[in-house]
Amino acid sequence: MLRDITIGQYFPGKSVIHRMDPRMKLILSLVYIVMLFCVGTEIGFLVPIVFLIVAIQISKIPMKMVLKGIKPILPLIIFTAVLNIFFVSGTPLVQWGFLTISLEGILVALKMVIRIIFLIMGTSLLTYTTSPIALTDAIEQLLKPLNKIKFPVHEMAMMMTIALRFIPTLIEETDKIMSAQKARGADMESGGLRQRIKAMIPILIPLFVSAFRRAEELALAMECRCYRGGEGRTRMRQLHYSRLDWYGAACMALCFAVVIVLNLFAPTLL
Amino acid sequence: MKELISTEHLHFEYVRAEEENVLVLNDINISIHEGEFVAVLGHNGSGKSTLAKHFNAVLLPTGGKVLVDGIDTAQPDRVFDIRQKIGMVFQNPDNQIVATIVEEDVAFALENLGIEPAEIRKRVDDALKKVDMYEFKEHAPHQLSGGQKQRVAIAGIIAMRPECIVLDEPTAMLDPKGRREVLNTVMELNREHSTTIALITHYMDEAVHADRIIVVDHGDVVMTGTPREIFSQVDKMKELGLDVPQVTELCHRLKQEGLPVPDDVITEEECTAVLKQLLQ
Repeated sequence: MLRDITIGQYFPGKSVIHRMDPRMKLILSLVYIVMLFCVGTEIGFLVPIVFLIVAIQISKIPMKMVLKGIKPILPLIIFTAVLNIFFVSGTPLVQWGFLTISLEGILVALKMVIRIIFLIMGTSLLTYTTSPIALTDAIEQLLKPLNKIKFPVHEMAMMMTIALRFIPTLIEETDKIMSAQKARGADMESGGLRQRIKAMIPILIPLFVSAFRRAEELALAMECRCYRGGEGRTRMRQLHYSRLDWYGAACMALCFAVVIVLNLFAPTLL
Repeated sequence: MKELISTEHLHFEYVRAEEENVLVLNDINISIHEGEFVAVLGHNGSGKSTLAKHFNAVLLPTGGKVLVDGIDTAQPDRVFDIRQKIGMVFQNPDNQIVATIVEEDVAFALENLGIEPAEIRKRVDDALKKVDMYEFKEHAPHQLSGGQKQRVAIAGIIAMRPECIVLDEPTAMLDPKGRREVLNTVMELNREHSTTIALITHYMDEAVHADRIIVVDHGDVVMTGTPREIFSQVDKMKELGLDVPQVTELCHRLKQEGLPVPDDVITEEECTAVLKQLLQ
């Protein structure tokens, strides 16, 4: 059923990572990604790999869940790997017509694959341990300086909140419209791709009409509750950095330092 | 008692570009007093919702004026003062909840008003307790029933500490259980917290609980009075396309059959008493 779809991928919990400030988690996730791409030696890859595995253990999120995030981008990973294997030049290992596979190619491909996989796993850990609303708050807070260059930070955050709020409502509505159209004899399961897309029209049009009506009513209700944009607005929930966040930041900084030291002094294979 | 909302020769028409203008409200003069529970009745298209929207400056009169606590709603710089004084709850609970968590939604109006976080927290908890939804404060709106959602919407309004709450057919989309929950909440707010209530409805069973009923038809106020005064005029109500409570209807028919039954029976208790007397 459509109703069973979970929004975002938040896994409620009480672990140390769950309790960290969403802003810090967001920043550390970005730093982690930068670190992944700064690693220059083979041995250096151990640092981000171990770091993430330890973090996942602490968060008590089942490893299987985190790995599931990789599945949708598997084609991209394979594509990157194949491209690197064949197109990086170096000492040829196998030659087959115009295709050559080099040792360098294999190594570069391997590095890219590790980077992509851990990038996805790292960001999954962020969304698994942070509720969408906390994440929206964090984005709004972190982007606040952009207000100075007239970037509509508050409006963006408001749009995200409303979208998150209405996704379940609209899913439920889609379900209802589908049942209603099926009861009138609409056929959505058979036929080719073209026909199936055509069969979506009687679902999408009522859905859009209703979404617009909802938008109008919501705007009115918001106005009645004195909404007038982000200016002069306060928030009930205040974000606070705690000692936990500084520990997290320190761990990340230490790992980054190790990566840099290894880049400078550890031998590389090639 | 102080007049909280009053309309003076309120006149409203929708201005349309190519067709004739549509007259919705025609010379309405009513007032709602502090602490009162007023029900506005009328069939579909009678103008009752349009009237309600004038109470908090969502619509502005095209003629005459509306005063809220002495402030003319046509003053653009006082709009938010008026909206803070007169809260409004709408028909569809789904379309008035903004946030993804119940307590965040209740806080929405207070955040808009720029109130201190600690004070918001206090008022949100307080409002949720008043509508008996405190234990649901961390739920997502889509996990709640219709009646619960509507109570959250009411909490979002009472957190602003308005002087009056206007409810525009708040129970029209709810099941009987949800309707009862919402009506009880509204009555409790009126009786225990002396909040002024203007309930727009077409359910007679809800209007019975009001202190005063205003009947609107074709943009005119056609009747005002206590529920007893209004509902005892069964024939006139029927003429206007409105019902009367079932017990009133029953007694009215008995009377037509020649039985000695009073006209002004509006509650079930009164009706049972009357029937008991008849049978003895």
